[in-house]
Amino acid sequence: MIVCAPTVVAFGARPKRTAPMRIRDHAHLSDEALVALVARSDEGALAELYDRVGGIAYGLAYRVLRDESLAEDAVQEAFLGLWRAAATFIPERAKASTWILTLVHRRAVDLVRREERRRSEPLDEAPEASTGSAEDSAWLQFERERVQSALRELPDQQREALELAYYGGFTQSELAERLGQPLGTIKSRMFSGLSRLRELLDDRAERDAWTTTSS
Amino acid sequence: MDDHLELTAAYALDALDARERERYEAHLATCERCREELASFWTVSGALAHAAGGPAPAPALRGRILAQARSERPNVVPLRPRWALPAAASVAAVAAMLALGLGLWGTSLSRELDRERSARAGAGEALEIVSDPGAHTVAFRGAEGHIVVSETGKAAVVLSGLDPAPEGKTYELWVVENDVFRPAGLFEGGGARFVQALSRPVSDDAKVAVTLEKEGGVDAPTGPPLFETI
Ligand SMILES: [Zn+2]
Repeated sequence: MIVCAPTVVAFGARPKRTAPMRIRDHAHLSDEALVALVARSDEGALAELYDRVGGIAYGLAYRVLRDESLAEDAVQEAFLGLWRAAATFIPERAKASTWILTLVHRRAVDLVRREERRRSEPLDEAPEASTGSAEDSAWLQFERERVQSALRELPDQQREALELAYYGGFTQSELAERLGQPLGTIKSRMFSGLSRLRELLDDRAERDAWTTTSS
Repeated sequence: MDDHLELTAAYALDALDARERERYEAHLATCERCREELASFWTVSGALAHAAGGPAPAPALRGRILAQARSERPNVVPLRPRWALPAAASVAAVAAMLALGLGLWGTSLSRELDRERSARAGAGEALEIVSDPGAHTVAFRGAEGHIVVSETGKAAVVLSGLDPAPEGKTYELWVVENDVFRPAGLFEGGGARFVQALSRPVSDDAKVAVTLEKEGGVDAPTGPPLFETI
């Protein structure tokens, strides 16, 4: 008899975690499996994705919009976009959290441009964007530090262009005007900055992996 | 320097205005190189998102999103689009972006994920089935869960809260047609919830049943089903 070895989706893909106040019966599923369940109207899966990504998404939207109610709008529209369109997501090919954050950022930038309320200063608030467990918070803290230290290694002008564009919501033409530089210079700073950041983050990922496996 | 590659960075940062965005997207539809670059840059802008460092959302936001989602149910069969929100225009924009972005993601990441995908082929198959908008769902009687059958008859089982099989035993899936039981895979149970593809298709008049068997599975069930589809 030939029995195909059964494949269990996402068992152990992510460490099992529990939040104190909520039942998280989807906690062991991968983000991508959750999106697949969202595509089948599984509300618990949507809730779990919100618990994992909602805090980061809101922190991002708030940084761009500097307004609680507009930031909430951006997050809500992005998650409802996910709810309606999850079936178009290709589960095994993309990282679901990146997809959600891309949606939120697009919404936040569109809103901030409409509201004319861009601000480029860093935030005063102490960051505490996690909506999940202590383990989520620890991971987010680690990830944030990793990205921020990579950002610090960029040449000042590249970092400035990336931060004003991504967190400030400025278009490349607005940046050229604001910084008194030709458009071509701004384009090239954003491209070089993003490329360099990618290298730095890759290097770090490799170094971290190496440290983990060799220690 | 290819001007489009610079535009790709600007697009990934959402630094294009509406007109530039539209023009770039038209180019993207025809340029594999930019699609690959965009997928990679989106990963970097996703990392920037993690470092944004804003405050935590009000706890009520979670409930509002879930309540709104519930009120729009069902979203599986889009026969009656219910975009009855004030933000109808933005919904269309999100949908367009999804269609574009996800299609692109699919193409551009496919190469680097080939290895991983083959390792996860079975898992991917189950996910593909449960995310097929044309699939239908049949509930189990006697257990919390259901079978999802795609239009082509491929099927996946979704089960919640099933105790793990006792030591030396395994759960076995069966596709039952005209009282003939054909084996369709083994699983161990336990865990809050799991999804698994069946190893054979399920036709319209077939049922799916689950029995408890000895480790390694058997060719024909040795007892009555623990539970089966309605
Ligand atoms: Zn191109």
